[in-house]
Amino acid sequence: MSLSQIINLSLFQAQLRMATPILFAALGGLLCERVGVVNIGLEGIMLTSAFFGVLVTYFTSSPLLGFLGGLASGFLWGLVIAVLTVRFFGNQIVVGTGVNVFGLGLSAFLSQKIWGSRGASEAVSGFAPLRSDLLARLPYLGPVLNEHTFLVYLAIALVFVLHFFLFSTPWGLRLRAVGENPQAADTAGINVFRYKTLGVVAGSLVASLGGVFLSLGHLNFFAWGMTSGRGFIGLAAMIFGKWTPLGCLLSSLLFGFADALQMRLQALGVLPSQIILLIPYLVTILVLSGFVGRAVPPARYEPYRKE
Amino acid sequence: MRLRLTVPVELFAIGLAFLLGMLVLFLTGYPPFSALWALFRGAFGTRNAIGQTLTQATPILFTSLAFLLAFRSGIFNIGIEGQFLIGAFTAALFGISFRGLPFPLHAILALFSGGFGGAVYALFPALLKVYLGAHEVITTMMLSYVALYLTSYFVNYPLKAPGWVAQTEPVAPSARLPRILPPTQLSLAFPIALGLAFLVLWFLERTVPGFSIRAVGANPEASENRGISVRKYQILAFVLSGFIAGVGGGGEILGVHGRFVDGFSPGYGWDGIAVSLVGRLHPLGCIFASLLFGMLRAGGMTMTRVTKVPLDLSLIIQALVILLVAAPVLIEQLLARCRKPRRSEV
Repeated sequence: MSLSQIINLSLFQAQLRMATPILFAALGGLLCERVGVVNIGLEGIMLTSAFFGVLVTYFTSSPLLGFLGGLASGFLWGLVIAVLTVRFFGNQIVVGTGVNVFGLGLSAFLSQKIWGSRGASEAVSGFAPLRSDLLARLPYLGPVLNEHTFLVYLAIALVFVLHFFLFSTPWGLRLRAVGENPQAADTAGINVFRYKTLGVVAGSLVASLGGVFLSLGHLNFFAWGMTSGRGFIGLAAMIFGKWTPLGCLLSSLLFGFADALQMRLQALGVLPSQIILLIPYLVTILVLSGFVGRAVPPARYEPYRKE
Repeated sequence: MRLRLTVPVELFAIGLAFLLGMLVLFLTGYPPFSALWALFRGAFGTRNAIGQTLTQATPILFTSLAFLLAFRSGIFNIGIEGQFLIGAFTAALFGISFRGLPFPLHAILALFSGGFGGAVYALFPALLKVYLGAHEVITTMMLSYVALYLTSYFVNYPLKAPGWVAQTEPVAPSARLPRILPPTQLSLAFPIALGLAFLVLWFLERTVPGFSIRAVGANPEASENRGISVRKYQILAFVLSGFIAGVGGGGEILGVHGRFVDGFSPGYGWDGIAVSLVGRLHPLGCIFASLLFGMLRAGGMTMTRVTKVPLDLSLIIQALVILLVAAPVLIEQLLARCRKPRRSEV
């Protein structure tokens, strides 16, 4: 086997595709952490939205409605997490763990009920990849950027939108202020609880886009545990990206490459799949321990109690 | 007053979680009452059922004690499942390899090697956390996946016993933990876990390192000022946590399965996190909470067999318990609201 069988343009196309769910998770985690909430429930949010995306598509045969259904589940999770952690001062890690377990339990329970198998759903029609002839003519970059579902482009666009929002608008400034120094923000007349809730709900909504991408833009069915740690990898990408949208994009591309490489090697059958499946997780641990030692989060992750 | 308010919080959370679980059953067209009845019967109805409940509670008690110990030092060891699997694997290897050792010695050493495996596996994230600042929630989570695939690789390829099933050879009879309630699978691992709960309690409350671990968890800055090294005691708690998880994995292999079977853990490591929280991060609370979760697992199997309700209902109830226990203020306010009108009536 030659190296060009492993490393070629279609690998980079897959890299961009596999970076997408991680990027959504990273951006979602970023919004939550900027307001001072660690959201380790991203994994469960993504799994739930992947499930409801397929469920609604299955019953309506409209992937667009499925997309909205998935987003709705992300929105609901955002509200639940915000109420528990912001309003009732719940422990953020514990709440996140609960969300993850609930996602696993509910999706398996309903999957068993509806499709008779807790492992996988029936196939549904997902989103077709978009194709641009103009882009196809571009050398090298063209084949990599072309023929993705709209969610891939949405993820990239979201990076720049969020960057502008966070660092160039008054709302973004208030959002960051609430995380960095809630007391000062409160004194300045910002409604801390409202902005914290806003950040958590928006973050959960963005993360659910990653779930919908997995089940409607990538595989076109739901498989139990199909997020396989991408919510946590997204958090790692966010930390490695120093809590900035552009940083999230770059680090997601790195993890996307590990994932794409893993899939390529598995398809080629070079090594036992169990060994190849380790690659993304090992890369995550290495990156997290090798580079971010001095990374300082932008917020203290504590519930804010008004005095 | 505060004590009287907080006592029923966990019980209330459990009750509410069961009610919500029944609501899920009702909404999805299953009979909620007969399902719950089957669950309780499957957990306590017969001698076998009780043995099954205790068998299921055993690994969960180990993993909850593991979570608790790390948590008390301020470490979120979310990856207990990984340390549990590695411990199970090393215990199996030891049980298979050293044939010829006499019975109690072989079993004890195999159990310890399981603990050792878990401890080493927890040492990585501990060092990464303390010296490089890598967040332990993410690293231990990743390491859980690594442990899952790594052990799966070994029992599917180099260490696979002949036959269809992905499993190792059986461990030597001298390494097995004896069954204590035949014909059920309940083994000596259960009393060991119970003893360990008291040992952890004694360690945390009555020894200097135990006190230091609690001090570091409660207030790292003040501990450092008082000359208690946060790094040292967080590493110690992390490694001990991994050790307990590893012993739990070993107990499961030497007591129940007798060999390492691919995918033998239905998530005992994750259960431990919930159990620990419901048990209010107290070793004795963990005993009661692990019995509750053992009941959910054992009774859940009967419920699925009798009423065809998917087993994952237990997972949903478990998640609801975690979410409700996470925010005690929510339940306290709910309870306070329920109490007020009653007082005005009187």
